[in-house]
Parts: sequence; C-alpha cells; structure tokens
Amino acid sequence: MSLLRRLLGTPEGAVGTVILCLLVLAALLAPVLFPADPLSIVGPALVPPFTDPSLPLGTDRLGRDVLAGLMHGAGTSLAVGIAAAAMAMIAGSLVGTLAGLAGGLVDEALMRVVDAFQIVPSFLLALAFVSVTGASLPVVITAIALGAWTGPARLARAEVLSIRERDYVAAARVLGMRPLEIAFREVLPNALPPVMALSSVIVAISVLTEAALSFLGLGDPNIVTWGSMIAQGRNVLRSAPFLSILPGIALMLTVLGVYLFSEGLADALARRRSRA
Amino acid sequence: MNAPLLAASGISKTFAGKGRRVAALDKASISVARGQTLGLVGPSGSGKSTLARILMRLVEPDAGRIDFDGTDLLALSGEALRTTRKRIQMVFQDPLAAFNPRATVAGALADPLRVHGLLGRRQRPAAIAALLERVGLDPGLASRAIHEISGGQRQRVAIARALATRPDLIVLDEAVSALDVSVRGRILELLVELQRKEGIAYVFVSHDLAVVRAIAHSIAIMDAGTIVERGPTPDVVANPQSATGRALVAAVPRLVVGKSD
Amino acid sequence: MSMQLATLRDLSVLYRSGSTTRPALASVNLDIVAGERLAIIGESGSGKSTLALALAGLLPDNAERTGQIAWPGLGRPPVPGGDIGFVFQDPGSSLNPVLRIGEQIAEVARRHLGLGWRAAHGRALELLARVRIPQPKAALAAYAHELSGGQRQRVAIASAIAAGPRLLIADEPTSALDMVVQAEIVALLDELVRADGMTLLFITHDIALASGFADRLAVFSDARLVEAGTSAEVLARPQNAYTRHLIGSHIDLATPPLIAGATQ
Repeated sequence: MSLLRRLLGTPEGAVGTVILCLLVLAALLAPVLFPADPLSIVGPALVPPFTDPSLPLGTDRLGRDVLAGLMHGAGTSLAVGIAAAAMAMIAGSLVGTLAGLAGGLVDEALMRVVDAFQIVPSFLLALAFVSVTGASLPVVITAIALGAWTGPARLARAEVLSIRERDYVAAARVLGMRPLEIAFREVLPNALPPVMALSSVIVAISVLTEAALSFLGLGDPNIVTWGSMIAQGRNVLRSAPFLSILPGIALMLTVLGVYLFSEGLADALARRRSRA
Repeated sequence: MNAPLLAASGISKTFAGKGRRVAALDKASISVARGQTLGLVGPSGSGKSTLARILMRLVEPDAGRIDFDGTDLLALSGEALRTTRKRIQMVFQDPLAAFNPRATVAGALADPLRVHGLLGRRQRPAAIAALLERVGLDPGLASRAIHEISGGQRQRVAIARALATRPDLIVLDEAVSALDVSVRGRILELLVELQRKEGIAYVFVSHDLAVVRAIAHSIAIMDAGTIVERGPTPDVVANPQSATGRALVAAVPRLVVGKSD
Repeated sequence: MSMQLATLRDLSVLYRSGSTTRPALASVNLDIVAGERLAIIGESGSGKSTLALALAGLLPDNAERTGQIAWPGLGRPPVPGGDIGFVFQDPGSSLNPVLRIGEQIAEVARRHLGLGWRAAHGRALELLARVRIPQPKAALAAYAHELSGGQRQRVAIASAIAAGPRLLIADEPTSALDMVVQAEIVALLDELVRADGMTLLFITHDIALASGFADRLAVFSDARLVEAGTSAEVLARPQNAYTRHLIGSHIDLATPPLIAGATQ
C-alpha cells in the first residue's frame, strides 16, 4: 500500500483522489438521500439555489430537484465513464497484444482495422452508433468505447513489440518456456502497465462524450445525466443560468479530478520504477 | 569419444535492413569440445553475438548445420527443441535486462525447474537454495527481487538459472563485460570452478582477448561475419595469424609498471 | 612550477531522491595541473562520473554540492563547452540524431569562437580530419546513425574540442566500444591533448588502460578519493588496499590463465 501513500504524497494525486472520492460518495449517497426518481417533480419550477432549505440547489424548469439530479448524475457519469473505459481498455489491449505477438498478416489486418476506426472522429462514430441502435445505457457505453479502444490497442502493440525483443524474453525461450507461457508470464505483465496509464484519460474523455451525447438528446431518456441537465437548462439560460452552470461545474470537476488522479498515479508509479 | 559436443558449420545469416541486406554471418564454422571452453572473440559488429544467438536457436540462420551431441539442432522444433534446450543454456551480457523486471531470485530460479517439470513444487525451495550455494550466494537471497541485488549477484543468479537444468553447454554472451573489474575476476573463477567440477562446456563470447585467454581452451576470432582464425589459446595469443588477431592482441591494455618520464 | 588549472577543496556531492540522500562524493581534495593527463579510476558507484559532472557544471538538479571548485588556471569561472569539452560514454545518445555531423560541430565553433557559418563549417571539416574520420567532407553531411560507434565517438571528440577548450573531460569514452576501437580512441585523445596543450581528465574503470598514457592517477572508491599520485608511483607502490585490489584484478596477456592444462 506504499503506492497509495506515494499517490497521496503528490499534490495532484491528493487533490484528484479527494475529488474522485467525493464523486463516488455522492453517487453512493444519491439513492439514500434522494430515494425518489430524480426525474420526478418535487416543487415549484425554477426555484433559485440557496433560497429553499429543502431544495438547496433549487429546481429546474419542470420543478425537479437540481441537487438530486446532480448526485444521481454523478453515478451515471462515473458508471458510463468507467464502463466505457474498461471496455475500450480490454478490447484495445487484447487486439494490440494479439497483433504484437502474432506479427505478420494478423498484425497487418488488425492494425488496418485500428486505422479504420481511428480516422473516423470518435464522437461522430458514437453519434452514428447511438442514432442507429437507439439510446440506452449499454448502447451509449459501447458507442463511447468504439471510439476509444484504438489508443490502448496501438500502445499495447508497441509495448509488446518492444518487450518481445528484450533479453528476458530471449532468456525465457532459452529456458524452454512455451510461447503461450511467455506471452502471459513475461510479455503481458510488463506490457500492460503503461497501457493502464491511459485508462484515466479515457475515463475523462468518456465522461465528456457521454455528456455531449446526452446534451444532443442521444442519452438514455430515462436516466438523469449532467449532459441532459445542461441541455434542458439551455432553454432558460438567460433567466436561470445556474441550471446549466451547476452540472457544467460538476462535469469540469470530474474531468479535473480524473486528470489529477492520473497525473499523481503516473508520478507514483514512475517513482516506484526509478527506485527499482 | 573425441567428437565435439557442438559443431556448427557453414552458418550464414543476412539481415534485411532498410532497402539493403546486411550479411551478419558468412559460412562461419566453430566446434566446442566436451567440458572445454571456446572463446569467440571479435570487434563489435563481427557477428559473434549473432552466432551465439543462432546456437541458442534464438535467431534462425539462412544456411548451415549445427550438430549437438549427435542431434541436428536446426532440425528440431516444438517439444523436441524444448527438451533439448535443457542441455544448452545461455547467460546474457546485462544481468538486469536478462530477468523479468518483476522477478524475484526464487521466481527466476523456479522457472527452469517448472518449465521442464524437473521437481515437485515442494522440493523446489531446497533446489533453489542449493543452486544459490553452487554459485556462491547466500540462500537467504531467494526472497529478494532481482532489481534489489547487486550486478555481480545478478550475474551469479543468471548462472544459477542456466545451471538449473544441468546443461552440457552454456553460451556466455559478453557475460562479464558489464561487471566491475573486481567482480569480473570472481565470476570468471566461478565459471572455471563449475567447469572443473561438472564438466560443462562454454562458448565464451567477448571482445576482450585478455579475458578470453584467461578462461578459454581454444579461440575462434571473428571479423565481418567470418571466422578469420582459430586454434588453441596459447598459439593464437602468442602468434596470431590474422590481421584481426594481431589487432586484438595489440589492443589489450597492459599495466605499465615502472614507466618514468 | 606547474600551474594548477583547477583545485577541488572538500568537494562533496549528495544526490537527493525523495526523502533519501546518497553521497556521491565525500570531501574530495584534488588539484588538476594545467597540461596534465589525469586519469580518474573507479568502479560503478565510486563517484568518478559525479566528479566529472561537478567540474563541468553538469550536475543534475537533485544534486547538492558543497565545498569549492576554483579555477586558478582560468582566473574566472569556466564556460561549459568553451573552456571545458566533454566526451560522454555513449556517443549514440550524446550526439543529436536529427542534426548533420557538420552542423553539430560548427554550432560549437560558432557559439564559442564567434565564427560565421562558413568559417565554422571550415573548422568542422578541419576537426573531422584531425580526429581522422575517413572522408571528412562526406561526414560533414552525415547523420550520427550512419556512422559506426567508434566514428561517432570521434565526432563527439571533434565537437568537444571545437571551441579549443583548456580542459577535456572524457567520461568512460571507450566502454561502449570494442577493444580495438578503444585503443584507437585512447591514442587519438592522447595525441590531441599533447598537440593542443589541453588538460585531459580521463575517467575510466580500467586502471591498465589509464596507466598506459596518463601522467597521474586518482583512484576513487565509495565516493572517496583513496589514492592519487603519478601513474608510475601508484602502480609500483600502491598505498591503498583498494588500489592494490584493482591492480590485482586486472587481466591482461601476462595474467596466468585460470584454466589448468589448456590444450598444449
């Protein structure tokens, strides 16, 4: 657990971890504090924030509790971000590792697929996918992952290609290790950590993409998300700007938190490696 | 009885570079006697490391034949090759790079035992301790990570790993070049002692003729992918026939005691 | 009589990483005499490279230096690259991969000698010929990766002496090279410093290599200077146990072989 201590030792790591912990806490407490559907109407419309103690952040155009929406939205944002990133990381690592290990035609073919995905802007890809298949949470997650798996795939391939040529892999072959054992014992454990370092960036991008999709009305309509809150607030931007600003701040804090966390983590990992 | 343990003949290898082909080896032939050391010496780029890697079947030659104790080494593949690998082991130049960065001493030494199913899981710790003792290390080192121990200790662990399968031949590719001078002598002594006790043959690849002279029974000198000279060590060192041989002899730094201005 | 180029008094260097510190040099006192060839001998972790970096003002940020380095021979603080030339161990990484050889050498001459481009290129050509690069004209337009390791080190030397430094520091300049090339590079360094009256600080782990041409040896072990003296003195009558051990560990063609009964 010295890694955790080193992570908290850096200012970035400490701030990022605190922000992420608060977000997770908000997401976990949402169903406890606001057991009702956050899409249900609880009071008069457009109550400004900090005026009604029972509705601390006010209500939106339809009289829905903004605080309840933000807290439930935290869960959606994190869940979608983490799920999409996990999907992208797993798919990317698998494809990249396979390409790097197999080489030759398999490598060529897989990398051309990666190219094909990479030349389409990932947001357009997500947009097209959701419009064709219809908006639901799993579809949104898949749509985001579709545009994000190519980075990990490229990095995993590059790592595998470089590690394949190291002396310790040669040493394993000399010992008589079987190719699969070399792949899983020698190559993968050393190829994946740098790929994992990408995950936080992908989580941040996924959170933003999800918000953008919801903003365009392509999110799951039955779930409250920060993106849809911003979109709905847009109609009353002049009279009640807080309706867009509050979820906007939440979004910004999340991305900032993820980013700082990843910086701190990279620092802590680098220091562990340099000690090695 | 006098058949060599290993005989490689006519080994050629060309690497495809950027639009040009680079000949790394051109019909190189060497042979190693049982329980003896062949020193493979040459300047950098002479092809000695490529030849070493071909002997280990890490690199496939374009042409040539390798006989190892009656088997055609280049004809082996799959399980047969894996089993034969027990008998030919290798020690690399950089002992840090030759181990998985996550490995512990015990883990690294357990690999050969596990891969060849040599001992049951329960007998392994004792076997690992015995291996460490054979290379002059404290068995207590077993639980340490490879990156925590010193360079000299690491190279001893690398030798122990090579010994684990009881090989007949160990190929040492610049195995002492990265070590401090004072550590180098002790590793060379260890190698010689292991050879005397267990009859292991070595192919000792190095650019340093003086070190090779101290440990090798015979020497093959390489330059530009070919063997330019070979023979018993004292002959080659005392009376080198090739230009490369003479250059290597002349290049050895001598302690100049009693130099005065 | 002989003039000191630099004097080191009580020089200590600590490397700090996180909360731990590691001494790299401890209270070193050493004089570098103008025009001499001084070899710094030591094994890994002895502090020999730190000494070179400290002299050249190239210590990394996490190093803490105490003690004094004075430059009586210059009468002013040295200009890195101008008064001190530095040859690193690995010419593959000390040369810029995207600059032509000629540009790299000319850049040094331009900056420190105030030459124009044309004159600086002329100087680069002259230097490449001096370090005996075959076809120096063609080499001007080459990139570092097109040369062999030995030729790259020659280029690095040309670039280090381009500004006509008083002190040339060579930090293990031959340990990435094979023995034949090593002998050539050492002979070249020796010849260059003699011809230009430069002071040479030659850092190496190989006491025999150093003894072949250095005037004086300074032996380092565990961050300390354990022995210094003329090469002849140190080799004939080593005072320190570690020096004796180093000399004893040397293997050359006169060392008795380790194997008994080599074939005939």
